[in-house]
Parts: sequence; structure tokens; C-alpha cells
Amino acid sequence: MAGTAETLHSSATLAARPDFHVIGEIIQPGSRVLDLGCGEGELLAWLVENKGVLARGVEISSADVRRAIARGVSVYQGDINEGLADYPDKAFDYVILSQTLQETRSPVRVLQEMLRVGRHAIVSFPNFGHWSVRAAMLFTGQAPKTKLFPYNWYDSPNIHFLSINDFEYLCREKGFPIERRYFLSGQHRTNIFPNLLGQTAVFLLG
Amino acid sequence: MIVETRCAQFDSLALEGGATLSPVEVAYETYGELNADRSNAILITHAFSGDAHAAGISHETGKPGWWDNMIGPGKAFDTDRYFVICSNALGGCQGTTGPGSINPATGAAYAMSFPVITIRDMVHLQKMLVDRLGIQQLLCVAGGSMGGMQALEWAVSYPEFVRCVIPIATTWRHSAQQIAFNEVGRQAIMADPDWCEGDYYDKKPPARGLSVARMVGHITYMSDESMREKFGRKLRQKEKFGFDFGVDFEVESYLRYRGNQFVSRFDANSYLYITKAEDYFDLTNGTGKLSDAFGRVDTRFLVISFTSDWLYPSYQSQEIVRVLRRLNGDVAYCDLPSNYGHDAFLVDVAEQTEIVRGFLDSTARTAKAA
Repeated sequence: MAGTAETLHSSATLAARPDFHVIGEIIQPGSRVLDLGCGEGELLAWLVENKGVLARGVEISSADVRRAIARGVSVYQGDINEGLADYPDKAFDYVILSQTLQETRSPVRVLQEMLRVGRHAIVSFPNFGHWSVRAAMLFTGQAPKTKLFPYNWYDSPNIHFLSINDFEYLCREKGFPIERRYFLSGQHRTNIFPNLLGQTAVFLLG
Repeated sequence: MIVETRCAQFDSLALEGGATLSPVEVAYETYGELNADRSNAILITHAFSGDAHAAGISHETGKPGWWDNMIGPGKAFDTDRYFVICSNALGGCQGTTGPGSINPATGAAYAMSFPVITIRDMVHLQKMLVDRLGIQQLLCVAGGSMGGMQALEWAVSYPEFVRCVIPIATTWRHSAQQIAFNEVGRQAIMADPDWCEGDYYDKKPPARGLSVARMVGHITYMSDESMREKFGRKLRQKEKFGFDFGVDFEVESYLRYRGNQFVSRFDANSYLYITKAEDYFDLTNGTGKLSDAFGRVDTRFLVISFTSDWLYPSYQSQEIVRVLRRLNGDVAYCDLPSNYGHDAFLVDVAEQTEIVRGFLDSTARTAKAA
């Protein structure tokens, strides 16, 4: 019974995170996957179950690590940067950074390390260029607090704010090869004015 | 669950130090049932002063096992699902051959003529026991402190034989601080005139020395915070200081009680030999190259440390995890928050239970699939 509850919980969380579906589509069955900032390991558990991947995760929160290990995923407690440094080159087929880039201290270094350790990097982030964010800023004159960025400025885990265009420019400047890009509005894909209408972006690099 | 300690006997055991022990006896207990394909066996390795009685209620003494909160029906090591084995370590004094055992060559206790043993020797003997029980592969070897050292040694000595290991609150080599505390304990015993160079078996044992050694030990198993919470400066059955050297404080009373209690169940020479084995423990044999020791690891690891453990600090577990990661090994690691210090793996088990259960379950499932 406990197993059933756990599974329901994990699929419910997956539905709440539209980028997980895209990531699930990208990842080839049986590949080696490292999830940075994997939280409670919902995505990894799903990938193990449905794609038979070899899953590893890094997470800083002890409580999240505990739940991830209880779920059966090999997760270790640690900082993303130190975690990546230990891995040999191309140890993984995919290194995932889901909704965490905006929280990392040195995003460029993290991206470089992801591409060193993984054959591909999958990066998803909330789009700061979305119209709702622009409107919130324009009409309230305050740091935007929206569905995508639900925090007060003083308790937000986000320390960088980037739009889809910002990320594209960065990849061009640093030579990070973009293989595919996916833009999501709610649960749906969108390709029209992504930097204005896309809520979440998922980039496949490598 | 009423349990009984059994005994297995072997003709001989060649030791790392060059000597051979003959014969060798091992005291062990088992809980749960071995399944048809013999794939559900878990070996529990005990800490410094532990014994084979890890779970259930002892038929002989009526006491619960030392890890009864972790082993049993529905617990972390679920005996409804797994077949759990625990044996008294080599050099011990609870049924397995140790310095207090009779040397067949002389008809008297070995005492200090007992050869110096190592953690690896303990593990070799456990392997012989597991073979005797007809098990071709262990699902898991798990233990805390010295038990964690044995779990690590299993992964290095018999990597094909263990699906996963769970080293808890432990280290891959004993540190200067750990050796230092052990040496204080040994010196306390050897300074006791009753020790008599170890030849006390037909006389009175070095109770004062052993009890002081245990008092020091107990301090290292707790934390500043847990001692403050448990004792503070509370006085023992008095309102004001006695202005003498009797017991004033609760903490003094506790340590004396623990020390005295220990004397009744533990052999001083076993203390010397087992702490020496701990101090010699270095998974790399002195090279410091942990990655060479692990080699190509297929064994899954769940490494657990506790935030307030200053005897086996978290960084020592993290060193293990880092090397396994570099080798691209399958390793899960959690630094569990606890105030209980080193003792946490024995007493603060709610969160430990959660992760051990999930980790074992996923290992058992993948073992089936493979």
C-alpha cells in the first residue's frame, strides 16, 4: 500500500512540473542520468521506472535526500558544484538541471561542468521574459511576484533572473551548442513568441 | 521474537598478522527466513562492544538486542522480508573466539598470547560463517562505527559477494583522534594492577581500568548538546555540592554506572585487541589511495553520517562518497541531522529507518531484475 501511495505521489508531482514531461521525452531508455538539485528524486524515480535509466542525483537538503533515498534513488547530499567536480569526463549521457539554474551562484561554471561530465545537458528554467512578469513589473513597479516567480524578493531562492533570450545569448557567447529547445506554456508547447509567451524553457545542449 | 545464540566452529583461520587460530568458534543469531533462492540474506556487523544478539528477546537473558529498534518485523531490516544474520566479532568475548577463550595448546585462556587481529580478519571469519549457512551472495552488509568498517571491508574483500553495503557513522581509516581515545582506554586497563599483563582470568579482572576506559568511550559517543540536555549540571540525589570526591553531578553518576555495568559484560583483553584492530584499520593499507582499494565497484553503497558525531565526523563519510563518485559507483549518502553524537545510529533511528528501508527495497528489486 505504501508503494502505491508513493507512486501516486510521484506521478502527481510529475504532472505539476511540465518540464519533467519534456525531459522524459528527451532521455533515451537505458541511459546514464545525473540530476543536479534533484529534490525528492521524483523525476529520477520516474525515469528509472519508465526508461530504465541508471540514475544519480545530488541534493543539498537533508530532508529531500532522505525522501529520495527512501524512494530508492541513489542520491547524495552535497552542493552541485562540488558534486560535479568529482565526476570523470562524459560519465553521464544526460546531466539535468531542472528549474535550478537561476539558483546557482555561478551558472556559467555549472553549465561548463555539466557539458564536461555529460554528453548532453538538459537545462530548464522559468522564463523571466514572460509577459506576466513584464506586466507585473510594469504595473506594480515592484519586484515581480507571479505564478512563475511566486516569492517575495527577500525570500526567493532565485539569485539570477534570465529570459529565454538571455539564455540563447549566453549559449552563443560561450559556445554551448544548443541541440533542441522546447518552450512551454502551462502543460502545452508553444513556439510563437517564446520569450513572451513561454513560461518554462527546456534546452538540450551538447 | 525470542531468539537464541548459536555457535559455529571452524578448524582454523589464517590471520592477516601471520598467525593461525585453531580452532575458531563464532557465536551468531539469525532472524527471519532465508528465501528459496537464498537472495534475501543481510549480515549485520556490530560496533566495538556489540555482540551477536542484535534483535529480538534473548532466550538466555531476556534482554532485547542492541539494534532491536532497527531489526524485526516491519522495521528497517524487515525480518518478514529478509534473513538477517549477526555474529560476534573475532576477538570478542560474547561467544566468538577471543583472548578470553581457552587456548587448546595450553588448556588456559589465551590472554596476551592471543594474536593481534584486524578488521579484515573479522570479515574473513564472517565470510566463513556465511558460506557455512549456504549463502552465495549477501543482499547487504550493514553496520555502524566498527560495524561500518567491516561493511566497507566486505565491499573491498568480497565485492562480488555483496549486492550493497550500508556503512554508518564510520571511516575508511582510523584517524589520530580515534586512535588517541582508544589508546587512553587501553592505558587505563593496563595501568590497573589487576590487569596482571592480561593474566587475570582466574583472578579478579581489572575492573577499575576497564570501567575508566568505558567512561572515556561513553563521552566520545555523546555530544556536547546531548550531554547538556541529558545531564546539564544536575546534581545526583542532593541539593548542594558534597565538597568531597563522591558523586556530585548526574553526569558523573551516569559514567560510573556505565563503566561498572560494562565490567560485568565485557572482557578487558577483548577491549585491547578490538580497539587495536580498529586502529590498524585502513582500507587502503597505508597507501591513502581509496580509489585503488575500491577498484571497479559494482556494489551499491548507502553511506550515512550524523551531524553531531564528532568521533566519526561526517567528513570521513564524505571522503568515501567522493571517491565512489569519482569511480562512478552507485552511492547514496545522507548526513542525518541529530543531536545524539556518535550514538545516533543506535538511538536516533526514525530517519535512518526511512532511508535504509527504501534503499534495501530498491536493491532487492534490482537484484531480482538482474
